Amino acid sequence: MASRIDQEQVQHVASLAKLSLNDDQLKYFTTQLDEIIGLFETLNEVDTEGIEPTSSVTDQINVMREDVADNWGQSKALLKNAPDAEKGYIKVPTIIDESED
Amino acid sequence: MNFKTTIGLEVHVELKTNSKIFSPSPVEYGDDPNANTNVIDWGYPGVLPTTNKGVVKSGIMAALALHAQVEPHTHFDRKNYFYPDNPKAYQITQSDKPIAHDGWIEIEVDGEKKRVGIAEMHIEEDAGKNTHARDFSYVDLNRQGTPLIEIVSKPEIASPDEAYAYLEALRQRIQFTGISDVKMEEGSMRVDVNISIRPEGQKEYGTKTELKNLNSFNYVRKGLAFEEQRQQRVLMSGGQIQQETRRFDENTGETILMRVKEGSDDYRYFPEPDLPAINISDDWVNEIGSEMPEMPGSRRARYVKELGLTDYDAMVVTQTKEMADFFDETVKLGADPKSASNYLQGDVNAFLNEQHADLQDTKLTPANLAGMINLITDGTISTKMAKKVFKAITQGKEPKTFVEEKGLIQLSDPAKLQPIIDGVLADNQQSIDDFNNGKDRAVGYLVGQIMKQTHGKANPKVVNQLLMASLKK
Repeated sequence: MASRIDQEQVQHVASLAKLSLNDDQLKYFTTQLDEIIGLFETLNEVDTEGIEPTSSVTDQINVMREDVADNWGQSKALLKNAPDAEKGYIKVPTIIDESED
Repeated sequence: MNFKTTIGLEVHVELKTNSKIFSPSPVEYGDDPNANTNVIDWGYPGVLPTTNKGVVKSGIMAALALHAQVEPHTHFDRKNYFYPDNPKAYQITQSDKPIAHDGWIEIEVDGEKKRVGIAEMHIEEDAGKNTHARDFSYVDLNRQGTPLIEIVSKPEIASPDEAYAYLEALRQRIQFTGISDVKMEEGSMRVDVNISIRPEGQKEYGTKTELKNLNSFNYVRKGLAFEEQRQQRVLMSGGQIQQETRRFDENTGETILMRVKEGSDDYRYFPEPDLPAINISDDWVNEIGSEMPEMPGSRRARYVKELGLTDYDAMVVTQTKEMADFFDETVKLGADPKSASNYLQGDVNAFLNEQHADLQDTKLTPANLAGMINLITDGTISTKMAKKVFKAITQGKEPKTFVEEKGLIQLSDPAKLQPIIDGVLADNQQSIDDFNNGKDRAVGYLVGQIMKQTHGKANPKVVNQLLMASLKK
């Protein structure tokens, strides 16, 4: 069976998801993901010639709200739920700055 | 070897809507950390974002201001990445069908006009803000969900000076729509740049590098100029440019390697399932178009053609929408356009610089400026007296009332001035003799004496006329 995904790619996807996998897990998930991709490849059998790509599965269009501000006053409760907080900030381990935009 | 430079700019503009793009939390600055956040902003499981109609409207306004085509069927996409200022681990943005595409901005460098194309415009959410202490970092999500428009230029900018001119023109046009403050120093306008060079004659673009931390238009120009030179040095010495992100150092003016760029596949974009697609009808676009504020170019032309300002004056007065609106209003209230323009460029600008304030935050009103200019035009006060009146109107005083209270009325009545002139002449026979001997300087001295006697209130024009008539008798 031709492999659809290799361990290197699984390792890459895992690191994007901030997951660390040991060798056994890497093998295990590579086999599993390979099968999942195989399942999805069934979709390739469908003839989609001339069909607009679907971006949403609901029929809803233009569901928008007016630009009115409403503060739900949840910040205290939310901060209480954070692992750690200080002076209204969420406190997290030191971040090495590599921010995206 | 000669090189051609290609620059592309990505500009993020923060919108001043009342509420966030996908939650009703207020968009406010300077509040306590996390005060303006709710479960949606924190990305709690099970919450449902809803699109703010005002953001879509702002996007259409920006598109119209930049001559772009509005996309009739637009939707949002997810851009996936992990970072602590981004609690959902994805940003809701647009990738597949952005709100607008194919616009342009006219720029002018060294008298040469040129159109720079705009590839795409996206509406998207901003992330929160991190601050770093030694042992911990702190996250404030107030900015999370603040609406942004990202404006992506085509790679048609050929020099750091053109990049600067593009940013100036872009800032001005967006500012005139009123959808954003577009201030780099406050973060409501942010700029990322891409730059590559290639040998003259080569068709394919060279490998590009991206620059970050460009916190003013000037730094953009400096950073690009440095990078242009650096890439030339690398290529000339036989090296290769690496696709990478570099950071501009404000102290040295150099760019420093930050990281080698991730591929865009790593963001694993897919259509946002929580938000229905948006259809934008021509009617809606036309309705917004009909309410659009007049753009700077059209105002400049009108000021020159209808009000007789010089090109330069018209350009200065249209630097910001506030200034142009203020000018329009002042002229509408009867002020002489040239004087209004002079006061705005001179005393008003000096006052704003001194106060570090924006026009709309001061007590100065078009009515009071017009009132003061009209008092000068009709001869009630001299331009010298106007200095005092100007100070008063910056404090919100009504000019006519102030002038009456302070007795600043200019003395223009010949019947009152003639006796004073006669008195001064009687006391200064020497000056009369000097004048008769062709010494014109004597006139200046006599005028000075008359002004002194009237405590500076005499109308200099009338004094001159009367004095010359008396001397020539």
